[in-house]
Amino acid sequence: MEAIAVIVNGKQQRITAPPDEPLLWVLRDQLQLTGTKYGCGEGHCGACTVLLEGKPVRSCLTQVAAAAGKHVITVEGLEQNGTLHPVQQAFLREEAFQCGYCTSGMILSAVALLGSNRTPTEEEIVHAMSGNICRCGTYPRIVAAVREAAQATKG
Amino acid sequence: MSSVPDRELALEIKQHEVNGDLHWFELDRRDFLKLFGGGLLICACGAKTVAQESGGRGGGHELPKDIAAWLRIAGDGQVTVFTGKVEVGQNIRTSLAQQVAEELRVPIESISLTMGDTDLVPWDAGTFGSRTTPTMGPQLRTMAVAAREMLLNLAAQDWHVEPSALVASDGRIANPKTSQSRSYGELTHGQKLVKVIEGDWPLTPATEWKIAGAAVPKVDGTAFVTGKHQYTSDMSRPGMLYGKILRPSGFKASLVSLDDQAAKELSKVTVVRDGDFVGVAAPDIWSAEQPLTTLKAQWKVPPQLSNRELFAYLKANAGKHDQEPADVTGSVTKAMAAAEIKLSQSYTVAYIQHAPLEPRAALAEWQGDKLTVWTGTQRPFAVRDELAAALRIPSQNVRVLVPDTGSAYGGKHTGETAIEAARLARAAGKPVKVIWTREEEFTWAYFRPAGVIEIKSGAQRGGTITAWECHNYNSGPAAINVPYDIANRLIQFHPVDGPLRQGSYRGLAATANHFARESHMDELSQAVGMDPLQFRLKNTTDDRLRGVFEAVAGKAAWGKQKSTPERGFGMAGGFEKGGHVATIAEVEIGPAKTVRIRRVVEAFECGAVVNPNGLRNQIEGAIVMGIGGALFEEVRFADGRILNQHFSEYRVPRFKDMPQIDVVLVDRKDLPSAGAGETPIVGVAPAVANAIFAATGERLRALPLKPG
Repeated sequence: MEAIAVIVNGKQQRITAPPDEPLLWVLRDQLQLTGTKYGCGEGHCGACTVLLEGKPVRSCLTQVAAAAGKHVITVEGLEQNGTLHPVQQAFLREEAFQCGYCTSGMILSAVALLGSNRTPTEEEIVHAMSGNICRCGTYPRIVAAVREAAQATKG
Repeated sequence: MSSVPDRELALEIKQHEVNGDLHWFELDRRDFLKLFGGGLLICACGAKTVAQESGGRGGGHELPKDIAAWLRIAGDGQVTVFTGKVEVGQNIRTSLAQQVAEELRVPIESISLTMGDTDLVPWDAGTFGSRTTPTMGPQLRTMAVAAREMLLNLAAQDWHVEPSALVASDGRIANPKTSQSRSYGELTHGQKLVKVIEGDWPLTPATEWKIAGAAVPKVDGTAFVTGKHQYTSDMSRPGMLYGKILRPSGFKASLVSLDDQAAKELSKVTVVRDGDFVGVAAPDIWSAEQPLTTLKAQWKVPPQLSNRELFAYLKANAGKHDQEPADVTGSVTKAMAAAEIKLSQSYTVAYIQHAPLEPRAALAEWQGDKLTVWTGTQRPFAVRDELAAALRIPSQNVRVLVPDTGSAYGGKHTGETAIEAARLARAAGKPVKVIWTREEEFTWAYFRPAGVIEIKSGAQRGGTITAWECHNYNSGPAAINVPYDIANRLIQFHPVDGPLRQGSYRGLAATANHFARESHMDELSQAVGMDPLQFRLKNTTDDRLRGVFEAVAGKAAWGKQKSTPERGFGMAGGFEKGGHVATIAEVEIGPAKTVRIRRVVEAFECGAVVNPNGLRNQIEGAIVMGIGGALFEEVRFADGRILNQHFSEYRVPRFKDMPQIDVVLVDRKDLPSAGAGETPIVGVAPAVANAIFAATGERLRALPLKPG
């Protein structure tokens, strides 16, 4: 197996894995970045969402080879110099979670949305986030948190 | 295999009584006492407050009679609380810490909870039935009051004054007259003080609460938004392998033959066959899939029922295990004969899945003949006993630890994943982690029972209900009794050996029984020509129920807007497990008879509120989850297989399904706090069904609701 180079949270990583292994398991089990969760393995729940070159992808459906030479951001990479990302702060303030298992994926979907649209309407938030499941049902709080983060980052 | 949820609770407690004299208090507990360093340890005998409150359901105590350690104050003032309850998202790590902080008079930051570790915490039946707040709350508060009293006494001895002259506040005891002040940690003088307490201790009334009753943020919230929290599925141990189980081709299958030669030839792979159990362990999760595909198994699956024949089957097979009716009062026969208005209807609910976002997971590690298992379960002690029985080792050789878990909703009572991991770990000689796939979770977990509920009722033209006969087949007895004042009643639950493995689900059968009853109430109100709210108020004198009906009607401005073919308003209400709930739904009917819920207003009253923000979160979440059961969720099955075992086929609520949600909290500081994890879900389905009727005139009597 040839090593695959991936830049994860700004750090160059050389990964030895079958090229078709999902990025999800490489992140979790080789790099110990367990903030990215397995929820369904089929791209239907969004718990495994990470950013690949700034775009949200389902890491359970993304082969590690597809990330070769690219930038991957996981939930662990959002904090900057000890300060939480505005989306993380907003989730905390709104307490937009219960069990917290969907939270990483929710936060990354929201970060991706705000990356491409700094002032999303409620409809746009709902549309962008609809692939993420929160089984505890904290959707209204998550929408509120994303709006709040948008306000905070408007500048 | 199948079990009835309420009986499961009773059975669990009964089982504990049978075994109570031989388990849990063994050498390990004395070891535990040895283990703890300096400081103050509060232990209890009997746990009287809890035993009394659990009476009537299981008929006995739910906590051990022997001594158990509940609370420790270390020399540095850090407080550790020990409880068998577990955190699955319901926020009790925070709400219990608030209650201890309140009684102990310490900042909440100085408290940490050790939860669900069977070696360290007092025995507990499990985290279910909304019982943490009404039972564990007072239990821990009692321990905290006792600790505070003991600290006051220690300071009084040191300073030669009466304890009543001293004040406990902010983790310190002070003498207001002399300005003497010492921290709790200092007062223990590095000694090992063990205080065993008994009886009732005066708890702080809710009207005087400062930390309890406040919207305290989740104590470890940051760990969840940074991905740092370690769920069971995130944990690892040195040398750990990943386990996978070969699942049968259908339920109730037996293994006819197995060719595992190819799998055994793979390097670094352990293959285990033990009876009908076949599993593999490999160094990483992706490569563990490969040996599974090389296993050639032949299964024999007996013919089994499909969901198409389900309800006829449940009716036809009732009567074998009938219990006494829950309620026989007056004469329904006579009252029905005399009634001016009569109604008879049948309602059904489908099997549904919990679908917790973190699938079942367990990590097992052996050290000699001792087994340690980390797993996300609601019943750590029951899983410990399951492991002991399955692996034929004594219970005291098993330690179960429950990391805060990625939700459960009543779906994680059992220990199958723990057993699988432990069996594989024993064969491999290394720690093994098993994480179920989503398909496994949808198929091999258990289901909320499906059921048929038949109601016959009689009323006078003036709106007084005179007769109520209700039979529930299979779905369960929770909340089967009527909260209305009806003189003649016959109410009975009929257990059935159903086709699928079934068990607890948030609210148990209270959702099904509320759906049937509150739909029927709506039908009766139509029949007598009364407004649904007035009809309900006319038939109940329960002040707490009237309180939530009036609160929800006020918030939603009930009656101001009339239903139209495009927009309907419906209501439902009731009580269960100490929580009183009333729900109003507003639905929009699309051109193709599609239903969209525009708004849900819910009033909820569960006594004195411990944490209003956490409570709102629970209520909002229950409403959202209730939308799934009301409109979408239904397990389809045939020939021993689940037909919709993916999120693409089993529709759960998503962002786009969200209505506006308005929650009205009724805070009754004069009443004991009750739980709120379950009851807020029960009114959603009937309120939506009644709203659909109000708009379309079509009465839907099956969950999920499918108009047209």
